[in-house]
Amino acid sequence: MQLREIIKILECKILNSFSNLDLEIAHGSGCDQMSDVLAYVKSDALLLTGLTNTQVIRTADIADVKAVCFVRGKTIDSKIIQLSEEMKIPLLSTKLPMFEACGRLYKAGLKGCEENGIG
Amino acid sequence: MLAMAQKEELTKQQELIYEMRIGLVMTKNPVSVAPEMQMSKLREILQTKRISGMPVLENGFLVGMVSLEDFIECLTSDAMNDSVAKHMSTDVITLFENDFLVTAVREFERTGFGRFPVLNRETGELVGILTKGDILRGVAKKLEVEFHRAEKKRYKNKMHILDHVQADETRFTFQYHIVGNDFNRAGEAAGNLKKNLKRLGLPPEIIRRVAIASYEAEMNLVIYTSGGYMTVRISPEMITVNVFDNGPGIPDVNQAMQEGYSTAENRIRDLGFGAGMGLPNIKKCSDEMLLRSKIGKGTNLRFSVKLYGKNDDN
Ligand SMILES: Nc1ncnc2c1ncn2[C@@H]1O[C@H](COP(=O)(O)OP(=O)(O)OP(=O)(O)O)[C@@H](O)[C@H]1O
Ligand SMILES: [Mg+2]
Repeated sequence: MQLREIIKILECKILNSFSNLDLEIAHGSGCDQMSDVLAYVKSDALLLTGLTNTQVIRTADIADVKAVCFVRGKTIDSKIIQLSEEMKIPLLSTKLPMFEACGRLYKAGLKGCEENGIG
Repeated sequence: MLAMAQKEELTKQQELIYEMRIGLVMTKNPVSVAPEMQMSKLREILQTKRISGMPVLENGFLVGMVSLEDFIECLTSDAMNDSVAKHMSTDVITLFENDFLVTAVREFERTGFGRFPVLNRETGELVGILTKGDILRGVAKKLEVEFHRAEKKRYKNKMHILDHVQADETRFTFQYHIVGNDFNRAGEAAGNLKKNLKRLGLPPEIIRRVAIASYEAEMNLVIYTSGGYMTVRISPEMITVNVFDNGPGIPDVNQAMQEGYSTAENRIRDLGFGAGMGLPNIKKCSDEMLLRSKIGKGTNLRFSVKLYGKNDDN
């Protein structure tokens, strides 16, 4: 699924300049624990999270997460946006809460990280 | 990182004025006048060359300096037909072309003058003129050259390293300092390591495993310890990461290794850590792992990822 479709489905705000709309996203994950991101999130995934600190961006960089979307329309510190620019990670935000954001994407056909047989 | 680079540059500038010689940055073949020239002729030179003073030469030797102020004085006292020799200043402070810049900097400070004539120390002939602007421009240029040279060297090193990894010849080490409790920098070491491994052209899956495991280890140091070191050794067969900290140590290493075990406080959990999954994650990402700890002394975690081996866990 292309990033542009995700942005439409979640009615996202784009937070930085690296949001290449053609970017292909293969998996989605909703996660508030960084160790879980590192353990289970696949490298071509979108990360939906309710956490809003710079560690989210660092973790995303380490785990090769393709794009990050903050849920529930939280205000995002400029430090986070700056770091995401450095790391070249597209940054989005949606007003939707976690459950609904995941649900909409799943319904639209975005796969979870445990699917396709590999765990 | 940035502050560090700026600091380095500053000390580098200071070093350069002790290393660079005046001859390198001065303006060569400066505009000069003869002592018998009429003061009125200075007007055109001062205007067209946009300078505020110049050396007075006789047979190539410096006999004085004449300035805009001297010219203006003649203008107001109706002495424009006088010779330059009559109005130039003759007690001139000179510099030598093979003096270091630091000498010039001191003279500028001491005298408050705007320019100094520069002589060849052996022949005594005038070879140039030096202004503060010349020094600044010269140092800036040199810094740029050195910067490019350093970049080139870095690039060369990179190729060198890459060549050797592929040639199965050598091993080398990266080392990172990890600061305890500094959440602004937490993750920087693992991030840098990842970048370096990418530069080496290692397989992405290997890089990802090493990066994740080192990040977990780094976070544990930031969260639970007063800091320490991470050294990464890369050999043709494997990448071995060694993490040392200065304590407090882990009371029960086996317990710490269990999934879900965590002593993280709420403020750490609020940051998204403390699932008790870090150490199990490291085990999962590595081919070998060893955790040793001594209460009050510190903890040593070592893990390795084989470069060509198989890891079935992901
Ligand atoms: N270097 C260390 N020094 C002291 N204690 C440590 C160190 N590393 C780990 N621990 C202890 O081991 C526990 C388990 O560590 P682990 O990394 O597995 O989980 P965590 O850090 O609590 O949570 P997570 O890594 O999932 O965010 C920690 O809660 C801490 O008590
Ligand atoms: Mg941990």
